[in-house]
Amino acid sequence: MAAVKETVSQVAEIDVDNYKYGFTTDIEMDKAPKGLTEDIVRFISAKKKEPEWMLEWRLSAYRKWKKMEEPTWAMVQYPKIDFEDLYYYAAPKKKVELDSLDDLDPDILETYKKLGIPLKEQEILAGVKGASNIAVDAIFDSVSVVTTFKEKLAEAGVIFCPISEAIQEHPELVKKYLASVVPVGDNFYSALNSAVFTDGSFVYIPKGVKCPMELSTYFRINEPNTGQFERTLIIAEEGAHVSYLEGCTAPMRDENQLHAAVVEIIILDDAEVKYSTVQNWYPGNSEGIGGVYNFVTKRADCRGKNAKVSWTQVETGSAITWKYPSCILRGDGSQGEFYSIAISNGYQQIDSGTKMIHLGKNTKSRIISKGISAGKSSNTYRGIVSTQRSATNVRNFTQCDSLLIGDKCSAHTIPYMEARNSSSVFEHEATTSKINDDVMFYCQQRGLDEEQAVALIVNGFCKEVLQNLPMEFAVEAQKLVAISLEGSVG
Amino acid sequence: MLEIKNLQASVEDKMILNGLNLTINPGEVHAIMGPNGAGKSTLANVLAGQDAYQVKGGQISFHSEDLLELSIEERAAKGMFLSFQYPIEIPGVATMTFLKESMNAQRKIRGEDELSTPNFMKLVKEKAQFLNITPEMLRRPLNVGFSGGEKKRNEILQMLLLEPSLCVLDETDSGLDIDALRVVADGVNSLRSPKRSMLIITHYQRLLDYIEPDFVHILVDGKIIKSGDKTLALELERDGYKNIIAAA
Repeated sequence: MAAVKETVSQVAEIDVDNYKYGFTTDIEMDKAPKGLTEDIVRFISAKKKEPEWMLEWRLSAYRKWKKMEEPTWAMVQYPKIDFEDLYYYAAPKKKVELDSLDDLDPDILETYKKLGIPLKEQEILAGVKGASNIAVDAIFDSVSVVTTFKEKLAEAGVIFCPISEAIQEHPELVKKYLASVVPVGDNFYSALNSAVFTDGSFVYIPKGVKCPMELSTYFRINEPNTGQFERTLIIAEEGAHVSYLEGCTAPMRDENQLHAAVVEIIILDDAEVKYSTVQNWYPGNSEGIGGVYNFVTKRADCRGKNAKVSWTQVETGSAITWKYPSCILRGDGSQGEFYSIAISNGYQQIDSGTKMIHLGKNTKSRIISKGISAGKSSNTYRGIVSTQRSATNVRNFTQCDSLLIGDKCSAHTIPYMEARNSSSVFEHEATTSKINDDVMFYCQQRGLDEEQAVALIVNGFCKEVLQNLPMEFAVEAQKLVAISLEGSVG
Repeated sequence: MLEIKNLQASVEDKMILNGLNLTINPGEVHAIMGPNGAGKSTLANVLAGQDAYQVKGGQISFHSEDLLELSIEERAAKGMFLSFQYPIEIPGVATMTFLKESMNAQRKIRGEDELSTPNFMKLVKEKAQFLNITPEMLRRPLNVGFSGGEKKRNEILQMLLLEPSLCVLDETDSGLDIDALRVVADGVNSLRSPKRSMLIITHYQRLLDYIEPDFVHILVDGKIIKSGDKTLALELERDGYKNIIAAA
């Protein structure tokens, strides 16, 4: 049987069932009743012991959301979501207030251990002797369960904590920056998130500080029928530097889980933020049943001169991905980068890309998007690059490459470009290649077996993006790429 | 080394080879010539194991083993090398990386140790120089943006590195100018040895001026209708296929 034919039949059997994070954690949960009403919003706010201004903010977001409609322009198909049939709040029942990690529910600790994320600082120190340490914020369903290395970071003046804590402890910063990049009514999911978000990470890097370690947040959805709505806010003051990574996993469940996050990044003069994502939510099984709906709004605002933001994403999970990490290049001389590997297999659908909005003079952006489709999946790159009339000498380079494995999948590239002045220079390159029988035959004739050939080709294809991940995660991401495509050829 | 008996093969249910017989002994250079559609490339692909070509009958033994029982990569590791008429482009994979991966993959199948990077680099540099292949070319993605001549030289480079026991050259002369042809022929000739055999598939006699065959076979309608020494190629050049076929 020809390799590609085999691919198709093999892909029908795989997953997706290879998903190794699919276990569930049996734990007592504290849940709000199903459905979304003003009372639920009040319930969440009360659970979080939020100040009055926060509650009002949520309620106005809720009212906005009620009047909005779900976006349907993306190239993804799914049955209409019944927002009344979801839980909006689920938190592990804590035994006591957490004073130290020893108070953490051992089941949760075990969960993160299984995911390969050590939460005990001493374990991290023991595990990676000499290597740079990574501070972790672990979010379990609706709440942050632990944040490591908080004290060490505080010494440098860095604030890294759950956003619920920031609302209590640093209300002036939250008030100043929350929704300043992604307005509440920006889109249906950002409004929903604003009304019901339960946790997420808050990062503040003061003026001139280079964050002494990598920061990372691990998200885990455990409860069935529960939406996860996390909110992340990152602020880099003048001259600050930070590298941040998020990782996501979820158990295998037959019903779809909703994940609607909002990430906002504010970058002032000469500051630099690098944001990396390794998204590996449960993608559904080989029949296309189950999996996470990943509807996310991520945006960075380069508010200062020569500010720099870099998005790197490795998207291998989720049944449906709807996500466009964007850069508003407001400050003169600011720079935005977007590096993406999006892999779809089985019945996964991805509609992802970026927006580069050039408002300042001499702003630069770079987009490198690598889409790999296998199985019966659909993979769309959708992007926009725009220049305002006053933004002179703008440069953009866009490269969108698609790689198809087998003949039942599809790849689409939808780049929009709007130049409102004549000094802008936009470059766009796009390629589509295919791992077909001829390519496989050539590689095999030289001695490579099918798995080796696919690994070689896929790694070569993704190289430019993998290189941009923080070192500690590059290897992990490369493995993830291989696992996601395991068995996609005969 | 290679013994083909009564080989019958089809592509997409169309019979192409209809009882082909051919024996190649160690050290011999055989040329196969024939008109379009005679089955020349089919023979090359069947030997290498391309799935799209189905063997309907006959036997092939290679180093006294049943070739048809071996996978594509096993055949390669046992010394079967096909120089492609249309080499494949692989974006993102540097030529050097591809060479190293394939070389080590074959060594692994044979149970040999991987070649160390310095040793490998030294070997590649030496062979590349011989074929006028620049280091810059080796850094480029495999065959991407290569000219026809560069692609063919790259095929020969792989052949020099992998040191196969049977070199099958499928229309290696197509798309080559005289200078490139000479470089390629020098590369091929440098590999001639009493242990190594070659099967050269070509339309024209021209290549055989540079790589002198021991035997020439004329393939028509999936069968060898006439065999001879190198003078047969000259005869063919003079009289054309039509007359040879009529006389056969």
